Amino acid sequence: MEIRKGIAVSPGIAIAKPMVIDSRDYRIPRRSIMASQRAAEVVRVRKAFAHAIQELDGLESSKRIEESKIRDIFAVHMRFLRDKAFLKRITDFIHKEMVTAEYAVSTILREIASHFAGIDDPYISERAADIYDIEKRLLKHLLGRMEDNVEHLRDEVVILARDLTPTQTAGFNKTFVKGFATEKGGRTSHTAIVARSLGIPAVVALGDMSSEVPPDCTVIVDGNRGVVVIDPDEDTLKQYNQYAQQVTRFVSELNVLRELPAQTRDGVKIEIFGNIEFPDEAAMVLEKGGDGIGLYRTEFLYLYGGTEPTEDDHYRAYAETIRTLKDKPVVIRTMDLGADKMPHADWHPNEANPALGLRSIRYCLQDLPMFKTQLRAILRASVLGDVRVMFPLITNLQELRQAKMILRDVMEDLDEYAVPYSPKMKVGIMIETPSSALTAGLLAQESDFFSIGTNDLIQYTLAVDRANEHVTTLYSPAEPAVLRLVRGVVQDAHKARIGLSICGEVASDPEYIMLLLGMGVRTLSMAAPMIPEIKKLIRSVTIEECGDIARKVATLDSSRQIKNVLRDAVTRILPETY
Amino acid sequence: MSESTHDIEIEIRNPEGLHMRPAMLFVDLANTFDSDITVSNGETKVDGKSIMQMTMLAATCGTKLRVQAKGADARRALAALGELAERNFSPQPVEAGMRQKESG
Repeated sequence: MEIRKGIAVSPGIAIAKPMVIDSRDYRIPRRSIMASQRAAEVVRVRKAFAHAIQELDGLESSKRIEESKIRDIFAVHMRFLRDKAFLKRITDFIHKEMVTAEYAVSTILREIASHFAGIDDPYISERAADIYDIEKRLLKHLLGRMEDNVEHLRDEVVILARDLTPTQTAGFNKTFVKGFATEKGGRTSHTAIVARSLGIPAVVALGDMSSEVPPDCTVIVDGNRGVVVIDPDEDTLKQYNQYAQQVTRFVSELNVLRELPAQTRDGVKIEIFGNIEFPDEAAMVLEKGGDGIGLYRTEFLYLYGGTEPTEDDHYRAYAETIRTLKDKPVVIRTMDLGADKMPHADWHPNEANPALGLRSIRYCLQDLPMFKTQLRAILRASVLGDVRVMFPLITNLQELRQAKMILRDVMEDLDEYAVPYSPKMKVGIMIETPSSALTAGLLAQESDFFSIGTNDLIQYTLAVDRANEHVTTLYSPAEPAVLRLVRGVVQDAHKARIGLSICGEVASDPEYIMLLLGMGVRTLSMAAPMIPEIKKLIRSVTIEECGDIARKVATLDSSRQIKNVLRDAVTRILPETY
Repeated sequence: MSESTHDIEIEIRNPEGLHMRPAMLFVDLANTFDSDITVSNGETKVDGKSIMQMTMLAATCGTKLRVQAKGADARRALAALGELAERNFSPQPVEAGMRQKESG
């Protein structure tokens, strides 16, 4: 038995015999031909193109390809295969160099791919994968190899491969291909996108699968936990069979839930939003039944690019997210870096106490060009849907006014250039410091909404660094001090009639849901995978029960007692949660 | 002679630049005309009917491209291609000869 850990890119469990797709790269040796053979080799290239077009036509029109992204991939490949200049480059090479068709195809396509890969624009450099895909398809026809052909399967299999091209993945027959596992790949690779849209469990980035996979063994692909088990022992197999059944039951149950509102038994509607970091997570929020994006973290733009993001980098990411959400709300939080998250070493001076240092909105207010770049992109994107902007780590009214003044400056700039934006875009703040919680009544006069970031609020209130193993047990949302602050903020928001949501981890912790609802919270924002479970819980309680819990908790003086009460309550309502 | 050469300048204004989808639309449209169509980005000059060459232009947002058409329908070709750039490469609902279909 061998257990390997990778990245889960498409959920579900698959248990089947393996089918190992030849992971060797096609490496075509240079073979010279005589001048008289050139015409024949050119004909072979043309035939390979014709066959590839035919094959793609078949795949494109098959009913399996419903996802527009996959259709786009096929459309691009088709245009390359029909591109006369492209074909000519290959046939010219045969004429000039006097080499075989396969060598010409391989050389030219790799040239093009490496040209794409070298371009400093992700939209174009990613195209290199498409070119390799076209190369493989053409070579398959030229070499007459059928080894990669998974279209003639008669038994259920899981596919093991070094890497899969998007069209290989899309060509899988779902009746027989139950899952796949690859050594390479990433969360946002084409292959992952295709796997998700086809609903095939998939794990990628498993690293070198060093040991040979016995052909008759069983392989488990766990697309929920990102694990692949090769040749499992009896116990493991039994456990996984049970788990697979459970997952199937759970999925069908949750699918039903997706369509139902997050409403308590006594008819109070609760909004459930998703927290996201990458634009492509937005679709998952909707798929899980979310009502919008309650927290769009924008730090990835600063962390992964290597250089500071341009206004268009921002705009692209926001536009993609907003288009996915259509008219549903998208709350974009401005840059929240510093403390534990730092893009590069020279970002800002070493600080003895980074959590209390130059971070988040403080940093933005000192680096106005950077802040304005982001605000301009958010404003430009505001016409695309229901966009709201949120400032993190506000500690007093002064900071809020300053941030809003800069936002107005940017609006005036846009006016000057007649760039459209939504002037009524809602402006809210994160409540994540004791000082903002204690002055929430004042801040509410000048904010359109609050979102309580419980993670930081707890850390700052209790003076506990959760990542520090010596004090981590002191960190608890159930501390009376924390709960008093949260209760006060909720009341202040209600008094001022502004929106209020919770976006920290407690918003997706089943134990705290009843308490939060009982305190008057009506909007929760959480990681997409948690939405169905929390919705199920909400649909099982009444606001009256929640109110009782909140009143009871208010009389208790220790986090231990409070936790016990909360746990008892949720166990009574949803025994299967524990 | 009806063979005449004309050219226009277009600016790539969609944020993603001339990536696959816009390039596809451009090439599809260019191929509906008989004229030879070339596109240049500074020093680089490519065939406007070739998806391979058009993508290799790597025209990002803000790039200005010179489009040249030579042939009987050169003027019409440039008008159509200019209009495509003008509407930021958004696909037109009905266009004969284009198999592009917008997904909902």
